Amino acid sequence: MDLTSISPVLLLASLMVAATPILLAALGELVVERAGVLNLGVEGMMITGAIAGFATAVATGSALLGFVGAAAGGAALSLLFAVLVLWLRSNQVATGLALTLFGLGLASLAGQPYNGVRAPPMPELDIPLLSGIPVLGPILFRHDPVVYLALALVGGVWWFLHRARAGLVLRAVGENHDAAHALGYKVLRLRLLAIAFGGACAGLGGAYLSLVRVPQWTEGITAGAGWIALAIVVFASWRPLRLLLGAWLFGGISVLQLNLQAANAPIPVEVLSMTPYLVTILVLVLISSGRGRARLAAPGSLGQPFHASR
Amino acid sequence: MIILEKRPNPSRAWALATPVLAVLATMIVGGLLFAMLGKDPVLTIRTIFWDPLFGPFGSYTRPQLLIKAGPLILIATGLSFGFRAGIWNIGAEGQYILGALTGAAAGLALYPSESRLIFPLMVAAGALGGMAWALIPALLKVRFGTNEILVSLMLVYVATNLLAYAALGPLQNPEGMGFPGSRNLSQWPSSANLELLTGTGLHWGVVAAGVAVVGAYVLLARHAFGFAVRLAGQAPRAAAFAGVSPSRLVLACMAISGGLAGLAGVFEVTGPAGQIGIDFGVGYGFTAIIVAFLGRLHPLGILLAGLLMALTYIGGEMAQTQLGLPGAAVQLFQGMLLFFLLAMDVLTQFRLRWKGASPVIVATAKPVEGAR
Repeated sequence: MDLTSISPVLLLASLMVAATPILLAALGELVVERAGVLNLGVEGMMITGAIAGFATAVATGSALLGFVGAAAGGAALSLLFAVLVLWLRSNQVATGLALTLFGLGLASLAGQPYNGVRAPPMPELDIPLLSGIPVLGPILFRHDPVVYLALALVGGVWWFLHRARAGLVLRAVGENHDAAHALGYKVLRLRLLAIAFGGACAGLGGAYLSLVRVPQWTEGITAGAGWIALAIVVFASWRPLRLLLGAWLFGGISVLQLNLQAANAPIPVEVLSMTPYLVTILVLVLISSGRGRARLAAPGSLGQPFHASR
Repeated sequence: MIILEKRPNPSRAWALATPVLAVLATMIVGGLLFAMLGKDPVLTIRTIFWDPLFGPFGSYTRPQLLIKAGPLILIATGLSFGFRAGIWNIGAEGQYILGALTGAAAGLALYPSESRLIFPLMVAAGALGGMAWALIPALLKVRFGTNEILVSLMLVYVATNLLAYAALGPLQNPEGMGFPGSRNLSQWPSSANLELLTGTGLHWGVVAAGVAVVGAYVLLARHAFGFAVRLAGQAPRAAAFAGVSPSRLVLACMAISGGLAGLAGVFEVTGPAGQIGIDFGVGYGFTAIIVAFLGRLHPLGILLAGLLMALTYIGGEMAQTQLGLPGAAVQLFQGMLLFFLLAMDVLTQFRLRWKGASPVIVATAKPVEGAR
């Protein structure tokens, strides 16, 4: 084993990259859950975004346009969930699971022609001057635009939820949909928008995997990233800034275990690859055991169907 | 404009009709999908749903039906208890893998001795392995309030990695020239789970599935535990007042579903699969979720749904070899089925009514809604 081959600067730089897909997906889900809807289909929307983005990028030759396609693909799939849950009042847990199973099938079917195809490269955004700073430069300022988009979205969602009037209404709908309805807010319309936003974010996260992180199309490319994103939302107690912390933690662990694999650490590869999942469980336990604090922070109407009584 | 009006009680007729309608709708939309893929829709649907039973290769494919349906029914029956009570074990795939691993390990530890007791021992070890894996999310939920959905699913990925580790490490066949995978358990008389009646596909796992269906039916219809499960699902507050302990319910439901998934795993590894290999997990644990819902969480419904879903597996494989239909199309087809089912469920719970028409049953509906 050669631990000296692991450079801390490169590790932190790739941590930022590894955290981005889960951060994007989790951010979307956070908004959805804040509106009182539990969408367990993140994994399905993510992988649909991964293939939609990849196909768009290959067709147009532009990775950036690929991300646009991915957001559209993820949002389109999430609308299916929205119609079932909001208007047909189906069980949110079951429908979310269905969305994941459906999305996985859809993606692997749509992805067949793209096996072994190379994606157009993503432009690196070397921020002048700042990227030249010795240690901080490579860690913070030499990434692709999507990394910064994800960070900007964290700030944007925080601002929206805590500083904007529409965000206040969205939180009201999530905390108590009957009261919000009585005040005249359009519960279903707001939830529809939130779900579509969640789908678009999950799609972006998926496309980040297929266009930047891997970067090619392989079946089952998300490998549970969507579920980890769901777990991070709980970890963050539904707060955008803590979400960032969670995503970095998981990005760090997955990068570290990959580096240990590459460095021939005397630990079986399989044990290393299961660590992100084990750590997720551990973190969930720690966060939920804090005297029910996590449960108190959950939106009041989360997962409950809304049936307007006139 | 159409509005929805809550029924005072779920409609029994619609509850029975929706799965059938969902299957039909899936066939129609699936046919369109196949047409878009450039396949003859009628021929494809016939290859999937008809040929495995009555086609020219029927004598070969019919036994496959029970082989595939066995694990699906076994797992789905277990899951139905939790799903009824609002306890979501979606990690059955992991419990299935763990059952196969512990069962195979128990047997291989005694290799190459010969005894009639080895197979029952392996079955017991498999059931306990699956149960233990399911009790992890259950205990965490009971003790710390951790979300069982996420934990049980995370454990699937852990189980897949354990499987790969076992197939390349401790359980690897020492005489296998370094190839991944364990010794062939179906060729070792002590552990072989062979066809019980030639040409039927009936093996011990199918028998276990039958027993599980009957057992679940009796438990749900006649036993206090079944009543507690149904009560907790339909009226959690009433269940609490009736003295149903939520913690005990979580542990029991998870243990049952994990145990049955583990059984499915050990019967599979000793029979149809034959050995512990990297590709052992083929998604039965996830498809079983669809089976459970399609069967309306009712044992007899699950029996029928399991057979139907097994048919799509076999028919899908046939369509793959004969018509060149991509394997993923069947996966999509199965996901679509669950979607249609959930969408049509609205008819069971609600009544469609034109806006303006006089609401007839409001007087009876109100108290029920108020009570919830």
